[in-house]
Amino acid sequence: MKIANSNSERSSGINTNRKTRSAPVRMLIRLIKEKPLGTAGAVITLALLLIGLFANQLAPYPPNAPHVVDALAAPSAKYILGTDNLGRDLLSRIIFGARISVVVGLVGALISVSLSTILGTLCGYFGGKFDLLVQRFVDAWMCFPGMVIILVVMSILGQGMWQVILVLGIQTGISGSRVVRSAVIGIKGNVYLQAAVAIGGSTPQILAKHVLPNILAPIIIMFSMAVPNMIMSESGLSFLGYGIPPPTPSWGGMLSGSARAFMFMAPWMAIWPGVALAFVVYGVNMFGDALRDILDPRLRGGVGRYGVKVKKAVSIKSNPGTPQ
Amino acid sequence: MWQYITRRLLLAIPTIILATLIVFITIRLIPGSILTLMEQQYSYIQNINMDVIKHNLGLDVPVYVQYFRWVGNIILHGDFGKSMWTTTSVISEISAAWPVTLELGILAIIISQLIALPIGIFSALRQDTWGDYLARSFAILFIAIPGFWIATLVMVFPSIWWGWTPSIVYIPFVKDPIGSLGMFILPAVVLGLNGSGSTMRMTRTMMLEVMRQDYIRTAWAKGLRERVVVTRHTLKNALIPVVTIIGMQLPSVIGGAVIIETIFGLPGMGRLIVTSTTQRDYTMVSGVMLFFAVGLVLINIIVDLTYGILDPRVHYK
Repeated sequence: MKIANSNSERSSGINTNRKTRSAPVRMLIRLIKEKPLGTAGAVITLALLLIGLFANQLAPYPPNAPHVVDALAAPSAKYILGTDNLGRDLLSRIIFGARISVVVGLVGALISVSLSTILGTLCGYFGGKFDLLVQRFVDAWMCFPGMVIILVVMSILGQGMWQVILVLGIQTGISGSRVVRSAVIGIKGNVYLQAAVAIGGSTPQILAKHVLPNILAPIIIMFSMAVPNMIMSESGLSFLGYGIPPPTPSWGGMLSGSARAFMFMAPWMAIWPGVALAFVVYGVNMFGDALRDILDPRLRGGVGRYGVKVKKAVSIKSNPGTPQ
Repeated sequence: MWQYITRRLLLAIPTIILATLIVFITIRLIPGSILTLMEQQYSYIQNINMDVIKHNLGLDVPVYVQYFRWVGNIILHGDFGKSMWTTTSVISEISAAWPVTLELGILAIIISQLIALPIGIFSALRQDTWGDYLARSFAILFIAIPGFWIATLVMVFPSIWWGWTPSIVYIPFVKDPIGSLGMFILPAVVLGLNGSGSTMRMTRTMMLEVMRQDYIRTAWAKGLRERVVVTRHTLKNALIPVVTIIGMQLPSVIGGAVIIETIFGLPGMGRLIVTSTTQRDYTMVSGVMLFFAVGLVLINIIVDLTYGILDPRVHYK
């Protein structure tokens, strides 16, 4: 990953012509130049993705292989982070736990943001009775503390990764629809939408070509904030015994249940899953923060198309007084 | 203002009715009902008549009839029903549990503010210094560290190093206020740390925004001391959105309390909802969820009312 970063840095030194680069590359360069912590977050996020993807190759042992003779073994050369009460290698379990976190984080956030976008766009754009009706349901849903309603639904659906993803996605998706709805209402009065209607654009066309691109920034920000939330909520649920059932190696689950009785003898069992969790949530949050600063709707202007505005946006951004 | 409060309360009624309806129906419609659990539980009894049990629990009529019975009993008799397992009344269970969650929640929020406000203010006043960077990194770290992990470490490591384990035996506040606070302080710190991160960042952002206003320049120009400018002029205006954040955190504080109560074995609302959902105790779940819904709506109204106290420009119509 370090190689990849230094490559893009080097290329930014050589190639100074902004217009020839695509928007994501330009964003990446801005990220590295202006947000060192955000870059660190991006590296952590990328590392999480890669570890999750190549868990099979990276883990020294299968995650559920019991080495009964070496149960509760302290960290050593053979078991770098030690073993748990069943003699399972902690490092391997944490590496496979990364895979769970990646899937829960990404798929959960995707469900959440899609639901928010669909509900919010429809409500915001059409308004009227449909909006009124849906919003009352959203109100009713938001009457309950998130964790509590998730617990109730999870106890009904039963444990399992897909149940967790679905429940978390729907729960945060419903409350997130408010954000999208107000973003849509915010752009609804704009002349370009009236123009699109006037030239006879069909509703789906207007929604896809004119509404969605203009609310993309808050949606991307919501996605980046949803990922760490999902990872955190999943581990909390698994910790309570409502999330992903054992022996699947989930970071939250590794800290719960029968393992707790053995932590007094083997403190490493209590440390590593939490370190992994905190590290990843920290990294993804940092990355999301930097992304938000870069995508901030006030600064977004015409990034990607109008060269003049890009320069303007950059000059506003470099103003030292801008609060973060 | 009273008119405003009345209108808000009236508007909340249909929302709460809809909310209870959703909970009431979903928990009953989904398989694995209380009857199956009871059949397993009482399988040692010969010739058990499930129809009688079903009738006694009031589950032999359609769901909508059950709902109207439940609502009718609440409105007409103030009766929230009985637990389907233990037959203790829902009211008595809730009134035993909610002071625990209330004390934990209030303490957690106070601790969270005690951590967040000074650091947030400091971070804004010394913007872009090392202290600021350090404070902001801590803020995100507090958000990233899961409460249940800290709680686990707090239980495990003192016991390994010094053979000391925090003893969490619930002491009611009314019986022994000091003992009660002492017992709650550890769970509350764990719970408060999580919320403090976002409040800290909000405080910093708002302080920075207010510090650039004209009236702050005027205050400096008048020759006021820094302390006065910060406390009387900046802080008072910067805190308004911070109050919103605190209000918005309450649901997550309650959600976090569920986990913290389970770890420390506190007999609060969180544990009540966890046990009653696992047992499919329909009346208890409905009662507790109704309590949560009403509580959150009231809290939201109170948060909105505090704007009027903090910001004289806000008027309620």
